[in-house]
Amino acid sequence: MFVYIARRIVYVIPIVISVALVCFLLVHITPGDPLVAILPADASQELAAQLRIAYGFDRPLPIQFGLWLWKAVNGDLGHSIATGRPVLSEVMRAVGNTVTLAIAAAMIGFTLGLLFGLIAGYFRDTWIDKVATSIAIAGVSVPHYWLGMVLVIIFSVQLNWLPAVGAGPGGSGAWGWDWEHIRYLILPAITTSVIPMGIVTRTVRALTGDILSQDFVEALRAKGLRETYVFRHVIKNAAPTAMAVMGLQLGYMLGGSILIETVFSWPGSGLLLNSAIFQRDLPLLQGTILVLALFFVFLNLMVDIAQAAIDPRIKRS
Amino acid sequence: MSISPISAISDAALQAEPATKARGYWTTVGRRIIRDKVSMTCACILIAIFLSALCASWLGLADPYQGSMIRRLRHIGTPNYPLGTDELGRDMLARLIYGGRLSLVVGILPVIFAFVIGTSLGLVAGYIGGKINTAIMRTVDVFYAFPSVLLAIAISGALGAGIVNSIVSLTIVFVPQITRVAESVTTGVRNMDFVEAARASGAGPFTIMRVHMLGNVLGPIFVYATGLISVSMILAAGLSFLGLGTKPPEPEWGLMLNTLRTAIYINPWVAALPGVMIFAVSICFNLLSDGMRSAMDIRN
Repeated sequence: MFVYIARRIVYVIPIVISVALVCFLLVHITPGDPLVAILPADASQELAAQLRIAYGFDRPLPIQFGLWLWKAVNGDLGHSIATGRPVLSEVMRAVGNTVTLAIAAAMIGFTLGLLFGLIAGYFRDTWIDKVATSIAIAGVSVPHYWLGMVLVIIFSVQLNWLPAVGAGPGGSGAWGWDWEHIRYLILPAITTSVIPMGIVTRTVRALTGDILSQDFVEALRAKGLRETYVFRHVIKNAAPTAMAVMGLQLGYMLGGSILIETVFSWPGSGLLLNSAIFQRDLPLLQGTILVLALFFVFLNLMVDIAQAAIDPRIKRS
Repeated sequence: MSISPISAISDAALQAEPATKARGYWTTVGRRIIRDKVSMTCACILIAIFLSALCASWLGLADPYQGSMIRRLRHIGTPNYPLGTDELGRDMLARLIYGGRLSLVVGILPVIFAFVIGTSLGLVAGYIGGKINTAIMRTVDVFYAFPSVLLAIAISGALGAGIVNSIVSLTIVFVPQITRVAESVTTGVRNMDFVEAARASGAGPFTIMRVHMLGNVLGPIFVYATGLISVSMILAAGLSFLGLGTKPPEPEWGLMLNTLRTAIYINPWVAALPGVMIFAVSICFNLLSDGMRSAMDIRN
């Protein structure tokens, strides 16, 4: 097991460096000079030259990358151009809110997905299966930002039950797990949960169907085991793959929250990314993407290790 | 004179009726798809949306750019404006139909580009193997380290708003995914006997890939790409929704959703209409992809 974990970690190192390289280069694929975005239109040549030296843009790209990476490893992602605050603390504060949202959405989406998937797989080709697969396909096909709007229209505008935007009374103060705050979480969490719900349903349904058609299930039934025991075997066999899919989905929810956070003005990493893009706040843009991508890589690593821990077949291969 | 058993068998074989020609694989798949009601309904809806977008100027619709301050945000079902008007008083029906043009182009083109590039890369990586495989597939891994929504938005955000930039960023997002599928399908086919036979008869790698392998790997990749169109439509409209795609006053579903967001307190259901179009196209492509997948799975 330790060998497996060590191998996986070694394998992740080049990925992390390449991810950092992509984040670094993002700023440099901007047409022209990265400074163009932050300089006022009437800036003098001298000022531009001064800023270029101040930001280190006058050095060769590989050296710039090396310096940037060295600083990043030491926890310094530069300062936001818009607010002047350190990028890392800005990002970390926002990521906290995104994690809250992702966990709430995961609780809804994974529970429903597992439930629908198991039921649909067990009662394959019956009306129950048809209903569950229809819900699943609607979940993966719906433009989630639009679903967010529709939910706001129904529950905030028409019924006036839940707040439409923000993450708490009085704007976006500190988060707390009380009803006053959870009210704000319900609509964004439901909206975020539909895609993972659909994908988990589809995966688990396929897995259950495959497992039920295998010989060992026949053998279990022939032995006279009750259906609840057969069910337990199905769950045990479906668990590793289902877990991997759910881990990946959690990563997508963390990294892909920008659209939903924009709809609900949820003060997370997505909203931060949005403002970084439109204010052309390049250090913040770079830093947010780097942190989110590293989260995703880390989560994938955890999923691989957890999968190997519960499924001995994976380690051997 | 006795007849040897062997010649008797061969005589019987010669006299037997020639077997009826078996239907080809693709003919069978085609028949199975046509018999699938869900797939055919989806195909019809998609064709209707495509044709109406293509022929929008001949449908006698209102001008999608012509607004009016006195008829803003009319409700659905208003005479002359069957689907109401938007925040600038433009006819929603016309804008939804004209909007199909840009929305479909920006949603579908990236998948087509990614299909061509990804299939080529995957085929080369899978067939040649070795260092080339490592180089291509490890690069693909790097892009897999980003959630696709994040990658699309990061590239669009860095390149700046615009239709071309949206198409470029979405293509970059989908190429790795298609490459991975193409590579795994190719690796499955490359060691089969017929490829070995082609190699033994002296065919070069390019000929083998083009003549012998492409036809065998294209099916699964195509099905995967059809499913990707659904994701691509949502993401493309999402980029416009954020303000990273098309610019006003062009009619485009994502952008319309964005500009109508402020109207949800006045006329909510008109504001939700563009999303219905995105949803419809996306779900139809998803169901069509599912239908094709099960039609190609002849064993069942």
